[in-house]
Amino acid sequence: MSYCPNTPEEISDMLAAIGAVSVDDLFAPIPAALRAKSFDLPDGMSEFEMLRQMQYLADRNAKHLSLFIGGGAYDHVIPAVVDHLSGRAEFYTAYTPYQPECSQGTLQALFEYQSVICRLTGMDVSNASLYDGGTALAEAAVMAMRATGRRKLILDGGINPYHRQIVATYLEDQEVEIVTVTPGTGIADRAALMAALDDRTAAIVVQNPNFFGTLDDLSDLAAEAHGKGALLVASVYPISLGMVKSPGAMGADIVVGDGQCLGNPLSFGGPAFGFIAAKKAFIRSMPGRIIGQTVDRQGRRGFVLTLQAREQHIKRHKATSNICSNQGLCALKGLIFMASVGETGFAELARLNYDKAEYAKERLSSIKGVTVLNSGATFNEFTLVLPTPAEPVVERLLHNRIAAGVPLGGFYPHLADCMVVTVTEKRTRAEIDTLAEKLQEALWN
Amino acid sequence: MSETYFTKEHEWVRIDGSTATVGISEHAAHELGDITFIELPQTGKTVKQFDVLAGIESVKAASDIYAPVSGTVSAVNDGLNDAPEVVNESAEDAGWIAKLEGVDAAELSNLMTRAQYDEYLKSL
Amino acid sequence: MELIFEKSVTGRRGVRLPASDVPRAAALPANLLHSAPVGLPEVAELDLVRHFTNLSRRNFSVDTNFYPLGSCTMKYNVKALENAAGLFAGVHPMLPLLPGGETHAQGALEMLFELGGLLSEITGMDEVTTQPLAGAHGEMTGVMIIAAYHRARGNKKRYVVVPDSSHGTNPASAAMAGYEIITIPSDTSGDMDLELFRQAMTDEVAAVMMTCPNTLGLFNPHIKEICDIAHAHDALCYYDGANLNAIMGKVRPGDVGFDVIHLNLHKTFGTPHGGGGPGSGPVGVKEALIPYLPVPRIVKTSEVDFGIETDRPLSIGRTANFFGNFGVMVKAYAYITMLGRAGLIQVSEQAVLNANYIMARLKGYYDLPFEQTCMHECVFSASRQLKHGVHAIDIAKFLIDRGFHPPTVYFPLNVKEAIMIEPTETESKSTMDAFIDVMIEAAGQAGHNPQALLDAPLTMPVSRLDETKAAREQHVCCVDY
Repeated sequence: MSYCPNTPEEISDMLAAIGAVSVDDLFAPIPAALRAKSFDLPDGMSEFEMLRQMQYLADRNAKHLSLFIGGGAYDHVIPAVVDHLSGRAEFYTAYTPYQPECSQGTLQALFEYQSVICRLTGMDVSNASLYDGGTALAEAAVMAMRATGRRKLILDGGINPYHRQIVATYLEDQEVEIVTVTPGTGIADRAALMAALDDRTAAIVVQNPNFFGTLDDLSDLAAEAHGKGALLVASVYPISLGMVKSPGAMGADIVVGDGQCLGNPLSFGGPAFGFIAAKKAFIRSMPGRIIGQTVDRQGRRGFVLTLQAREQHIKRHKATSNICSNQGLCALKGLIFMASVGETGFAELARLNYDKAEYAKERLSSIKGVTVLNSGATFNEFTLVLPTPAEPVVERLLHNRIAAGVPLGGFYPHLADCMVVTVTEKRTRAEIDTLAEKLQEALWN
Repeated sequence: MSETYFTKEHEWVRIDGSTATVGISEHAAHELGDITFIELPQTGKTVKQFDVLAGIESVKAASDIYAPVSGTVSAVNDGLNDAPEVVNESAEDAGWIAKLEGVDAAELSNLMTRAQYDEYLKSL
Repeated sequence: MELIFEKSVTGRRGVRLPASDVPRAAALPANLLHSAPVGLPEVAELDLVRHFTNLSRRNFSVDTNFYPLGSCTMKYNVKALENAAGLFAGVHPMLPLLPGGETHAQGALEMLFELGGLLSEITGMDEVTTQPLAGAHGEMTGVMIIAAYHRARGNKKRYVVVPDSSHGTNPASAAMAGYEIITIPSDTSGDMDLELFRQAMTDEVAAVMMTCPNTLGLFNPHIKEICDIAHAHDALCYYDGANLNAIMGKVRPGDVGFDVIHLNLHKTFGTPHGGGGPGSGPVGVKEALIPYLPVPRIVKTSEVDFGIETDRPLSIGRTANFFGNFGVMVKAYAYITMLGRAGLIQVSEQAVLNANYIMARLKGYYDLPFEQTCMHECVFSASRQLKHGVHAIDIAKFLIDRGFHPPTVYFPLNVKEAIMIEPTETESKSTMDAFIDVMIEAAGQAGHNPQALLDAPLTMPVSRLDETKAAREQHVCCVDY
C-alpha cells in the first residue's frame, strides 16, 4: 500500500510520453556503484493492522496516572472545539502560506494568534510561533544579543534547567559569555544579578514563575537592566497571565514561553509551540515568520507573510535565525483554545490553577516534616522540602499511580530533598487529598 | 556638482572636500523593487573602502551596501526610516544614505565614472 | 472576513470550565496582579465554530487542491495516521525522567527507538536522534554535531561549503554553529561545479552540505567523489534529506559516504504540514559521531524494555524540551509500518515517474534550463514568458484561479524566474493532466493576453496583496478592538 493511484495503463502512457521504457530507466542518472546496499524493512500492512500494532504500543504506557508533574509540560483541559476545528483538513493539510491569496485562512488565524500573544504578554509584536518554550528562549537570547550588539547574557538559575541547557547548546559555538546566577529559595537573587550586570550585558534572562513555582515582580530588574542598556527577557507560563501582571507591564523587552498548555496535548512532549513577543523596536531582530496586515488591489483587508528579508530563504547565513517553519497547527490550537475560553474563562482558568495549587500546598505542607521551599507567592507549582531524599518518595508514589512531583536533586544537587509539585485545574480535590495521604504514608509508614 | 563615481556593487559616491555622500544607484534601486527598509549605519562608525556600510531590504530581497570609499560616518539620512521609498524615487539624490568624513579622493581611482558604470551595466 | 476580536461581545461565554472544588485562596500580592483585562475575544461556541470553519474555507490544502509545491513534498496525508497519534496524546514527557518512571512510558520509548532503527536502515546511517523539531532544527543539530566532533579532535575548522542551489537553511544553520560559509556555483549541468569545489576545499573546511537530488531535482553523479574529496580534508559530509522522497530504496546517503543526515518527516513520511508546522527533523549519523548526539538518548535495556540515557559527556547537549515532536513521529512510524519495504520503494519510483511526466509534457511550453531526466521534481524557467512581461509569479496566480496551488517560484535562486514542480507520488495522471492543461493555457495566455495573468487571481477572497505596504507598516497585531 503506498497510496500511488496510477494504473499500469496510465504508467505505460506516462512512460511513453517521457520516452522511457521502464521506471528503472528514470533512475539511470544514479551510478550503479551508488545503489542502496540494503533496504531491510518489514512488509507493509493495512491500516487496521497498523492501528492494532500502535494500540499495542500505546497500551505499554501507563493510563490513569494522577499527574502532579510539570517541568515544562502541563496537563490542562482541551475543549472539544480545539481538535475539531484545528482538525479541519483545510488547515492541517495546507502548507506554509507563501501564496497569500489562497491561504487567507491560515494567515488570518496566525494574525489573530499574534494578536492574542501580544495582548497576553503586553508586547507590541509577536511572530507566528516557534518550536517550543526552550528553543524560544534560546532564540530570544540570540535576538537580545543582535538587538544590543552585545555578547554577554545573565541567566537566572530559576529558569527551567532543560531550557537553560538548550540555550547553552544553541550558543556553544558562538562567542558569548553566559553568567548563570544561582537561584535562591524565593524570587531571583537581586544582589547576584546586579553584580553580574554591566554595560557589556545584552540581557538579563529570567523565568516567571520560576522553575520552583515562585512568582516575581520583574519591574525592578527591568529598570536596572535598562539602566545599563541591557534588555530584560522573560519566559512566562501563559496561563498565569490570566491573573498575573503581564511581563510587558513589568517592563520586559522580549517575552517567550511554551504554548503547550494552551490547547495542545501532552503527547510525550510534542508537538506544541513556543511563542516570542517583543517591543516594536526589536521587530527586525525577531526570528521566524511574521504575519502582517495589508490590503489587496481593491483595498480589501488581507494578510501576508511579512519582513521576509530577515529570514533564511532570503538572507541565508545572515538571517536572524535558521528557522524555516513555525508550529502553525499548534499555534492555531492555542488561538482556538484562547478564544473558546475567552476573557472571563481565561481569568477563571488561572484562578482555578492558583486555588487548587494553594489548597494542595496547604494540605501537603501540613504533613509532618514537610515544608514549602518558596518564600514568595506561587502560581500552579510549588516546591516541597521533604524530610528525606525526594527521589525514592516519588518512585514509591508512582506505584500508587501518582506522579507526585519532579525531584530536584538531578538539577540542583543541594536540593535533593525537594520536589516541584504541579496542580492544574484538572486535578480534583479528591486526587489532591489522596496525594496527601499517600505522601504521608510514604514518609512515615 | 562634483562628479559621481560608482562601485561594481552599485553604490555611488560624490566627494566634496573631505566629505563623501553615499547611496545606491538608480539601477540598484530599480532592481531591488519597492524598498521597505534601510539599515542605516551609526554615526561615528569607521569603514574601509568596500566594507559593509549599511543594509537595504525590499519585500523579496536583502542586500549589503558597501562603502565606496573609506571614512567615518558623520551623518545618515534619518528620513529614510519613515520613508524608505525615497530611495526608489530619488536614489542618487534625496535618497542618499550616509555621509563619510575624512575621505581620500585618491580612492576614487578604484571606482567607475558614470560613463564607465553605464558601460558596466550593459555588460551585466 | 471579520477578525475574531471584531465578533466579540462583552459577557458572551464559550466553553465552560470545571467548577472549583477547593476553597478560594487568599489573593496574590497587589504588585503581582494584572490591573487591566487581557483583551481576549468573547464569543459563543457556535460563533467560534463558524469563524474557524469559514477561515478554513479560505485556504487551499492537499485535501482540496493539487499542491505541486517543489521542495515541499506535499503528498497525501493518510488519515489513519491521525488515529495512531491520538493513542499517545495523554503521555507526559517527564514520566520516564522520574525515578522508576520509565516503566510508565515503555510504549512511547519503544516507538521512538524503533523509528530510529527504521530511519537508520532507510538512510544507511548507524544511529538516529529524533529530538530535532523540524528540518532546519535538524540541520542546526547536525552541524553542531560536526562542530563538536572537530572540537573533540582538536581540528581547527572555519568553513562550511554549500552549493549555490542549496536551501537557505543550510548556510543559516551552519552560521548558527559558528561557521563561515563558502558558496560554490553550479556548473552548466546544474550540479555543484566540481573544479571550483576542489579548489575551495582546504583543511579549514568543517563540512560540505549537499542536497541530492539537488533543488533542481537532479542527481549529482559525482556525489561520491565529492564525499571522498571532503573526507581527504577531514571534512564531514552533510546530507540535506529534504529530497529523500526521490531515492528510497535506490540510494542510501550512508552508503555513498555521508556522515550526517537530517530528514523531514513531514515531507517524505507523509505527516501533515499543518499550514507551516509542526515538522520533525530527525538526524542520523555514522558511528564516529554517535557520542555527540543530543541527550536524552533512548536505549534498549533488555529484550523488551527501553530506557533513557542522559550522561553522555561528549553530547552537544539538549536541542529541544523533550524527545522531539513525538506526535509527528508516531505518524511517520505508522506510515512506514503501513507502506513497508515495497511501498516505500514504490513511493520513490512513482514520485520520479510523475515528475518526469510533467517535465516531458511541459517542456515544449516553458524553458527547461537543465534538460535531463529529473528525479522527484523539475525546474522550469518563465524566461520565455517574461518577454511578454509575464513573470513566474503571474503564472502562479493564474493557477490559483484554476484551483491549483502554484509550484514553488523563484527558487532555486540560480534559475531565473524559476518554477519548481514536485507532483509527489500520490497524484494521479488525471490530476496531473488537468494541471498540465492549465500550465499550457497559461503559457498561451502569456503570448496573446498577458493581462489575464497579470490580473489573476480573481476568484479568491482577496486579489493580489500589497506586500510592500505590509513590510513598511508592520501591522502585525490587532490593537483596535
